[in-house]
Amino acid sequence: MSDKKNPIAAPLADAVVRNIPGVTGIENLIRLSGGASQETWSFEATGKGAPIPLILRRAPGGDRAASATAAGLETEAALINLAGEVGVPIPPVRLVLQPADDVGRGFIMDRVEGETIARKILRDEEFAKARPILARQCGEILAKLHSVDMAKLPPLRTSTARDEIEQYHQTYKTHDHPHPVFDLAFRWLRDNTPEAASKISLVHGDFRHGNLMIGADGVRAVLDWELAHIGDPMEDLAWICVNSWRFGNIDNPVGGFGQREDMFAGYEAAGGGKVDPKRVKFWEVLGTLKWGVMCTTMVMAFKAGDRSVERATIGRRSSETEVDLLRLLAPRKKG
Amino acid sequence: MQDQPTAIELVDIVAEFIRVHAMPQMTGHAAFHALVAANALDIVKRELAIAPRASREESERLTKLLGREASLDQMNRDLCARIEAGELTLETPGLADHLWAITMTKLAIDQPKYSGYVRALEEEGRR
Repeated sequence: MSDKKNPIAAPLADAVVRNIPGVTGIENLIRLSGGASQETWSFEATGKGAPIPLILRRAPGGDRAASATAAGLETEAALINLAGEVGVPIPPVRLVLQPADDVGRGFIMDRVEGETIARKILRDEEFAKARPILARQCGEILAKLHSVDMAKLPPLRTSTARDEIEQYHQTYKTHDHPHPVFDLAFRWLRDNTPEAASKISLVHGDFRHGNLMIGADGVRAVLDWELAHIGDPMEDLAWICVNSWRFGNIDNPVGGFGQREDMFAGYEAAGGGKVDPKRVKFWEVLGTLKWGVMCTTMVMAFKAGDRSVERATIGRRSSETEVDLLRLLAPRKKG
Repeated sequence: MQDQPTAIELVDIVAEFIRVHAMPQMTGHAAFHALVAANALDIVKRELAIAPRASREESERLTKLLGREASLDQMNRDLCARIEAGELTLETPGLADHLWAITMTKLAIDQPKYSGYVRALEEEGRR
C-alpha cells in the first residue's frame, strides 16, 4: 500500500526530516480508513534510532479552506496539547503543518498502539481486565478534560443545549420526512432544557467508541477532537451512554462496558464536580436524537447522488434511536 | 395478481445468491458492501411481509387520533405538527400506544436484532 508515487510522500518526508531531530526519511505511508471529513495516514519516521510510528491528520485533499462546523486541524492540535497538559491521555502532537510544508492543512502526532473497534474491546479476551475499569477511567479522563483552563483555549464555537436542539431541529426539517417520535423528543427537550449550565467548559463532543484508543490496561488516548466546542460538560458524560454506542451490551450504559455510577464516581473523585444524573439524562435524550437525525442526513446524501449501499441503509437505522427515545421518554412496564 | 415466484421469494433468493455464491468470491470492501447489500434485501423482504397490514392499522389509528382521514404521509405530517405544537402529548389517550406501535413495526422491518428493540419486546411481554 506504501506508494512512492504518492504526491504527499515527498513533501511529508521533507517536513518530518526538517522538524523531528535525527529523522532522515519516512516509510510505510498508508491511508487509513476513517473519518469522512478528515484524512488519516499512518507512517514511520526513520533514522538512526528505532522507527517512530506516526499519524498524519489532514484536511481532505489538503484543503486549507476553513470549515463551518469542524474545529479546524490547527485548533484540534492545540486542544490535544492543552488536554495533555492536564493529564488527559492523548497522542502527543509532533508537528502542525505550515503552508510552506506543501502537505496541506493538518498535523502529525504519535501513533498510540491499541484498539478502537468496539466489538473487539467489548468481546476479546485481550481487554477482559480493562473492561471493568473503563467506566471509572472515562469519568476521570472527562473530569480532567473539562478542567482545561478556558483562558488558554483557542477560538472555539460555543454550543448550549438550546443551540444543539435548534441546530438538529433545522436538519430534521430539511430532511422533510415525518418522524413523530423525533417531534416528541424535540418537544420533550424544549420543555425540559435545564437551566443554563452552572459550569461551562471545553467539551470533547464525540467521546465514544471509535475515538478512544484502548489497550489491555485501559484508555491510552482520546482521539478525534474535531467536534470539540465549549458547552455543558454533562454532554460528554451522556454521549458515551447513548444506546447506539453500547454495541448490544444494553445493560452496561457506559460504552457497553460499565455503569453510570462508576463513571460518575470517577468524575467526582477526579475533581469534575457533582454529577446531576437528571441533567445527564437530558443530554442522553438529546444525544440519541442527534444520532437519529444524523442517520436521516445519510438519506439526504444518498438521494443527492452518493449512491453507496452502506450510505443508503444507514437511513434505516434512525428507527433504532426511535425505540431508544421511547424507552427513555415513554417507558412501558413489563406485562 | 402477479405470477409466481412472489416478490418476497425473489428478493429472498437474490439475498441468498449474494451470501452463498457471490460473497465468497469477493474480498475487502467489495465483500463488505455485498453483505450490506444482502442485509438491505432482507429489509425489503420484511417490509413486503409486514408493512401492508401495519400501514392499514397505522392509518386507522391516525384517523382516530387526528379526527380526519387523509393519506398516510399527510396524516403523519399532521401528527408531527400537533406533537410539535404540544396539542398532542403522552397524556393524550392513544398517542403513546400509537408511537410504540409504529416504532416496533419499523424495527421489525429495519433492525430486528437491535438491542433496544429486543429489550422493548421483552418489556412488552411478548417474549
